[in-house]
Amino acid sequence: MSALLTVFDLLLTLTLLGLALVTVTSREPRRAVILFIAFGLLLALVWARLRAPDLALAEAAIGAGLSGALMLAAARRASGRKTSPAEESDTEDAP
Amino acid sequence: MTGQVLYAQLLYGGSGILLVLLGLWSFLVHGPLLRKLIAINLMGAGVFHILVAIGYRGIDTPPDPVPHALVLTGIVVAVSATALALAFGKRLDQDDD
Amino acid sequence: MIRPLEHIIIPIGLIAVGGLLGWSFFLAVTGDTGERLAAVALARVPDSGVSNPVTSVLLNFRAYDTLLEFAVLLAALLGIWSLGAADTGFQPAASVLDGMVAGFVPLLILSAGYMLWVGAYAPGGAFQAGALLGSAGVMLALAGHRNAGLPSEGRLRILVALGVFVCAMTGLLLMVAGDGFLTYPPGLAKWLILLIETAATLAIGATLAAAYLGGRPTAHPTSGETT
Repeated sequence: MSALLTVFDLLLTLTLLGLALVTVTSREPRRAVILFIAFGLLLALVWARLRAPDLALAEAAIGAGLSGALMLAAARRASGRKTSPAEESDTEDAP
Repeated sequence: MTGQVLYAQLLYGGSGILLVLLGLWSFLVHGPLLRKLIAINLMGAGVFHILVAIGYRGIDTPPDPVPHALVLTGIVVAVSATALALAFGKRLDQDDD
Repeated sequence: MIRPLEHIIIPIGLIAVGGLLGWSFFLAVTGDTGERLAAVALARVPDSGVSNPVTSVLLNFRAYDTLLEFAVLLAALLGIWSLGAADTGFQPAASVLDGMVAGFVPLLILSAGYMLWVGAYAPGGAFQAGALLGSAGVMLALAGHRNAGLPSEGRLRILVALGVFVCAMTGLLLMVAGDGFLTYPPGLAKWLILLIETAATLAIGATLAAAYLGGRPTAHPTSGETT
C-alpha cells in the first residue's frame, strides 16, 4: 500500500514537472496555452491527492478553465498578428 | 510526524520549488507577453503547490485548513490579474497598429 | 556564442534562489513545531457556523482577507473597463453549439447553486460556485451572445459591487451592534455566512464573465440577445 503510494507520488510529480517544462519551452502560443490548461488539470489532480478537494475544484474551474479561456482568446489574436512579418522578436528559445 | 508524511511533503514541496524556478527562468528569458503570463501563472502554481504541501498531514489525517484558504484566495486573485494583464496587452497592440 | 546575462548570471541566480528556498522549506518542514495554527483553527470549527474547515477559515476566522479579495476582483474589473470597450464578440453559433449551450448553461447555474449550499459542510463554496457562473457566461460569449448573458451596464455595476458591499455592510452592522467588525454572534453565524457567500457568488460570477469580455460592455444590446 505504502510502496504503491510512493510510486504514484513519483509518477504524478514527474508528469507535472515534465508538463510544466514543455509548457514554458513551446514557442507557438496556442500550443503553450493548451499545455498550460493540461498542467492546471493535472495540478488539480495532485491537490486532490494531497487532501485539498476544495482547491482541486477551484483550480480546475478557475486556474485551468477560466485562465485557459482568457489566454486562448489572446493566443488567437497573437497568432493572427503573426502573419504580419513585423513581429519576430521571440526567436531566442534554446535554453 | 511519520517518515511517510515527511517524504510526501518534501517531494511535493520540492516540485513546487522547481515549478517556481522554471516559471522564473521562463519569465526572465522569453519575450512575448503571453509566454511571460504563462510563466508567472506557473510560478504562482508553484507557490500554491508549496503551500498545499505544507498543509498536508498524511493520507488519513485532516489537513491544515489555513494554507488552503490562502491558496483559494490566491487562485482567484491570479485569474483576475491575468485578465487585467491581457486587457493591457490588447490595448498596447491596438495602439501599435 | 555565450551571452553572459542568459547563460551565466540567470542560471547562477536561479540556483542560488532555489537553494535558499529549498533550504528554508526543509527547515520549516523538519523543524521543531510548537503549537500550530491548524490545531487552533480545527478546534474552533464547530463554533464557526459551518463544518467545512476551509469555508470557516475563509468566511469566519479570516473574513477580512476575503473582503479584501472581493475588493481586488472589483479593482481588476475596473481596470479592464477603463481600458476601452469590449470587442464585437464572436459570430452567432451554429445550431449544434447553440443547442449544447442551451442545455449546459442551466445545468451550470444549477450546479453553482448546489456548490454554494454544499460549501457549508463539504468541498465547495462561494469561489467555486462563482467560477461555475463565470464559465456559464464564457460559454454564452463563445456561442455569440454579445454580453455573455450579463445585464445592462447600470445593473451590472450593482452586481459586481455586491460582494464587497454586502460583506462590508454586514461587518459594519455587526460593529454597530457591538460585536466587532465581521465577528458573528454564535446563533446567526451560519445565516450571515450564507448571505455573504450568496452575494459573493453572484459578484464573482459576473466579474469573471465581464472580465472575459475584455472591456466595457457595449451600450446597445444586439439583436438575438434574450437573457
